[in-house]
Amino acid sequence: MMILQVEGVGKVFGGLQALSNVTFDLPKGQILGLIGPNGAGKTTLFNVINGVYAPNGGRVVFNGEDVTGSKTYHMAHRGLARTHQIVRPLNELSVRENVVVGACFGREGHNLGQAGEIADEVLAFVGLAARSDQLAGSLNVGQKKRLEMARALAARPYLLLLDEVLAGLNPSEISGMVEIVQKIRDRDVTIIMIEHVMHAVMNVSDRMIVLDYGQQIAEGTPEEVANDPKVIEAYLGDPELAERLMRDSDDE
Amino acid sequence: MNGIRKYLGLILAIFVVLAMAAWPMIDGKDITREVVFTMLLSVALASSLNILLGYTGYVSFGHVVFFGLGGYVGFYLMAVQDWSLWSAMVAGGLASAVLAFLLGKAILRLRGGYFALATIGINEAVRAFINNFDLFGGPVGMSLNFQVYQNYGGGAREALWMSFYVLIALTLLTVTVSYFVRSSKFGLGLLAIREDEDAAEVMGVIAPNAKTWAYVLSAVFPGILGVLFFFKNGNIEPAPAFRLHLSIEMIVMVMLGGQGTVLGPILGGAGYQRLRGFLLTNPLFKNIQLAVAGVLLLVIVLFVPAGVVGWVRQRFPKLRRILQ
Repeated sequence: MMILQVEGVGKVFGGLQALSNVTFDLPKGQILGLIGPNGAGKTTLFNVINGVYAPNGGRVVFNGEDVTGSKTYHMAHRGLARTHQIVRPLNELSVRENVVVGACFGREGHNLGQAGEIADEVLAFVGLAARSDQLAGSLNVGQKKRLEMARALAARPYLLLLDEVLAGLNPSEISGMVEIVQKIRDRDVTIIMIEHVMHAVMNVSDRMIVLDYGQQIAEGTPEEVANDPKVIEAYLGDPELAERLMRDSDDE
Repeated sequence: MNGIRKYLGLILAIFVVLAMAAWPMIDGKDITREVVFTMLLSVALASSLNILLGYTGYVSFGHVVFFGLGGYVGFYLMAVQDWSLWSAMVAGGLASAVLAFLLGKAILRLRGGYFALATIGINEAVRAFINNFDLFGGPVGMSLNFQVYQNYGGGAREALWMSFYVLIALTLLTVTVSYFVRSSKFGLGLLAIREDEDAAEVMGVIAPNAKTWAYVLSAVFPGILGVLFFFKNGNIEPAPAFRLHLSIEMIVMVMLGGQGTVLGPILGGAGYQRLRGFLLTNPLFKNIQLAVAGVLLLVIVLFVPAGVVGWVRQRFPKLRRILQ
């Protein structure tokens, strides 16, 4: 059963082809890693999937339903949640209220009472329970990333889009976050994650897609992708140089 | 016990309004009643505006358009069509609500300063329209036949007292609505829009609808109050009905008391009117009272952007349950 099908999606900004002919299927329950150099179109792809932008071509099918060009709030009601690369906390609301918003207006559309219970549960899950009455604006970056995650989870989504949740975190925060991501997958939530922290994304992903200049240049298991010359070229510029570097490091 | 604690914020707000309202009833003087009438009117207008400005984060500089339009529609029905005050108030509120609904669909997609500018334009446009609209008396306006007041207690003085009681009821209603909006799921969606509209939409808040309903709610009560105000006034003209600086004073009241809180606009509205009353009777300030309002707004925005109630809430987190 496919939770998401992206068929030939393209997006143009002015003269810039941000995405061209991106196509993939995502089966339920998997973690899909989305990698690529800066400016490759990863966040744009997220924005097309969750309705921030309508694509210039192609189709997005979510849970068997054609959702191309749907509004973001309708995507949220259908069971899609996301986090933002640059965190967007509702600063003047408490941490708990932030998460209650997610539960109230997400897929299950709870009333305030039930949403409060879900918020407490989710905040405990991401390790923010102690901060629930604090204003969201007063959290540090690591905590704000957890808050983004908690808000998205409170919506009880079928599919979760994680946009660089590990960026800017220190190594111990990263391992804590990776653990959370794995636990979310165990709850049967399908995940697409954009990530630059390679060892982490290689570890948790079932499958990966590599974007470069809006093109899908590789797809497969983490091992296949890591050894693909096109991917190495996209990241390092010259595959032979990369090989030499690897050989040199083996020699040492 | 738990029930009472849950509604402590509402109880306090109602208590403050009733305390103001009791003052002229105790001393029985007409002058006190007039002072408190303007105070309560300000409280109700500021609380209405707060639903849009404080909860949703959209600054409406032309909110007086709803006061004026509601007043005009109701006044026309009373003066020309012989409607009672009660049905005229309902009609005035509805007229403002319809205008807000239509405007909301059109201009609430604008953000920040552009929305504020559009609201000013609308106020001026409606004023210009009424000025040339013969059915509503054009630039001369309309007057009520004095006989009308016979139906409301027997004479002009009784009608004035009755208007005062009606205003108390309307103020209590506005404050209660404001409280229940603030503590509802709908209100939470508005707060989310205020903080970050795009993030709110990603979380599933249907922002275009929520904003429109907030705008409608914040327009209904000014419309009803406009009918009551001009009924008591006895005549209506375009200039006093669409006074742009009343809009600005409403913003000062909300900011002074604390935007986004239930109690803030109550204290702000009452406090600002007391201050204005003092300035108007003071020989030094009587000509520059609006300048004082401007300076006051500047000082608040620069130094206490959260307003009085917001400041107290920040300083004393324990009081947050009561000061909502």
